[in-house]
Amino acid sequence: MSNTAPPDTPNTYRSGPDERGHFGIYGGRFVAETLMPLILELEEAYERAKADPEFHAELKHMLVHYGGRPSPLYFAERLTQELGGAKIYFKRDELNHTGSHKINNCLGQILLARRMKKTRIIAETGAGQHGVAVATVAARYGLPCVIYMGCVDIERQAPNVFRMKLLGAEVHQVTAGAGTLKDAMNEALRDWVTNVHDTYYIIGTAAGPHPYPEMVRDFQSVIGEEVRVQMMEAEGRLPDTLVACIGGGSNAIGLFHPFLDDKDIAIYGVEAGGLGLGNPEEHCASMNGGKPGVLHGNRTYLLQNDDGQIIEGHSISAGLDYPGVGPEHSWLRDTGRVNYVAVTDAEALEAFQLCTRIEGIIPALEPSHALAHVQKLAPTLPADNLLVMNLCGRGDKDVFAVAKHLGVEM
Amino acid sequence: MTTRIDKRFAALREKGRAALVTFTTAGDPDYETSLALLKALPGAGADIIEMGMPFSDPMADGPAIQASSQRALKAGQTMKKTLRMIREFREGDQDTPLVLMGYYNPIYVYPVEGFIGDCIEAGVDGLIVVDVPPEQDDELCIPALEAGLNFIRLATPTTDAKRLPAVLENTSGFVYYVSIAGITGTAAPDTGEVHGAVARIKMQTELPVAVGFGVKTPEQARAIAAGADGVVVGSALVNALKASLDENDRPGAATVSSVTDLVRGLAEGLASSQTATVK
Repeated sequence: MSNTAPPDTPNTYRSGPDERGHFGIYGGRFVAETLMPLILELEEAYERAKADPEFHAELKHMLVHYGGRPSPLYFAERLTQELGGAKIYFKRDELNHTGSHKINNCLGQILLARRMKKTRIIAETGAGQHGVAVATVAARYGLPCVIYMGCVDIERQAPNVFRMKLLGAEVHQVTAGAGTLKDAMNEALRDWVTNVHDTYYIIGTAAGPHPYPEMVRDFQSVIGEEVRVQMMEAEGRLPDTLVACIGGGSNAIGLFHPFLDDKDIAIYGVEAGGLGLGNPEEHCASMNGGKPGVLHGNRTYLLQNDDGQIIEGHSISAGLDYPGVGPEHSWLRDTGRVNYVAVTDAEALEAFQLCTRIEGIIPALEPSHALAHVQKLAPTLPADNLLVMNLCGRGDKDVFAVAKHLGVEM
Repeated sequence: MTTRIDKRFAALREKGRAALVTFTTAGDPDYETSLALLKALPGAGADIIEMGMPFSDPMADGPAIQASSQRALKAGQTMKKTLRMIREFREGDQDTPLVLMGYYNPIYVYPVEGFIGDCIEAGVDGLIVVDVPPEQDDELCIPALEAGLNFIRLATPTTDAKRLPAVLENTSGFVYYVSIAGITGTAAPDTGEVHGAVARIKMQTELPVAVGFGVKTPEQARAIAAGADGVVVGSALVNALKASLDENDRPGAATVSSVTDLVRGLAEGLASSQTATVK
């Protein structure tokens, strides 16, 4: 799987990025000059906020009282019995307000936008989970909000489109390219460059120009920090195995980052294998089937052809349907600290049904990918192996799409 | 080192005329038509030629240039073909400066060193790469300068006085002033504001300043040229080309002339204005 020589093992995996926003060779700030002053302003504002206890207090308050944190760490007893092997816990981030981990980041960023005195919010969305979370915090703070969403995603995630509109957001349909997340992000960047003076762009994943990958990771790290405490309470020790799905990778980096220096913990990131890794147009596994490149402000693994043109890819899950990945994941891949694997649409669909039937939890199609890997992994591990899977979103939004895939008329 | 770009600006300065910089996308709508157009541009009045290297995700471009990139890629254009096109052009033209414009990823995977070498060999004079800011200069800008290419940087309405020196530091050939905060081919720039911004840039550099983004008509070009060393016209040319294609994006007999006619009009506009303003 690896075509890159592993660099020297670093002393810590948690010190990145450097002052120019690099994780090894990945990350950086590859944006047009129009945006550059704003990116620097954002970095300064974030550094100030990070050092300000009031910012942390306000964010904590909102995460608890508005977002519903901490989310439970739940022992999935029946799934554990069914698979036979590791003791499986779900981090229940699907129970957050708006139904996914996306709210963690959106609350952090909207507080920052307010500090920067920005009066208009924009965002891209794939599955619509990020769009809903952005529309939600924009409503909460009374800011106008424009969400860019690909036309294909608008069709397969209709309930979320309606939710965003109810919340007062303007949803702009993007028809360029394949009409999915990448194209929505291009369009959001075009909006931003045109409206830099008053607009804050809430990027939904741990990708984009520095400081976004670091900032989004920091806001999502509440997931892993809670797991550390909760697992100590439940089992008296830290977990042995972590599993999360990877689109851009924000839920995964949020779970992984607080554990990266606990070197005995095995960590798995699960990419969308689509119809299989054989054809680059039929999956979204950028780290398993792509190579390093530069897109959307950062260097990272990308699905691309030999000429450097970006390939659209495919996934059953709109939230994973992105040809890139956050730069920190690219670095963690090359260093070998995290194992990045892929599962197919069919495997994810099967895991979706299994979880629903035996745990009574309808997972989103995104974490269904993580679950499909747990199905493979757990039986190979001993019964005292504590495995935590991030159940980062709920599947209400997906029931129509799943029905269609299963051939059910609704 | 004096480059083709330096020589051209010096010659135009003597004539008291601003440069007309034309942008078209390499390979739009296909290789042969695009090459024929490229060869016809100097005769129509293009002083400096900017060729777009098509990219699947042109984030700084408006709908017209996005579509032109898509047409070129669909017709099979690649980075190698773009460089071959320039080699063919140089067989008949040793004087007209030619600048490649695009995004970093296709250069990065080319990879950088090979790309710069092939540019020099093909007869490229300069590069404009939208998504490599001064903060990433060691990636591409410095190696390109060392190899003898000009690296033309964009300055924008958001580039403030504090930042401008960083933008100018490794810029050569000319400075490309982006007249609006936005994407190509959309809002029309305010001439007064543009002239003020160009004057502020020229206080800090000896380099010529060309203005682009949103310049569509000979009248606009003439007005902008009164306070700048060059005017870049792109989306308007790309739109003229698009209008000459059939419903399957195939070129017609008038495809090349639809663009060169417009270029001729723009060039005449610039020539007439400058004789008035220069005395």
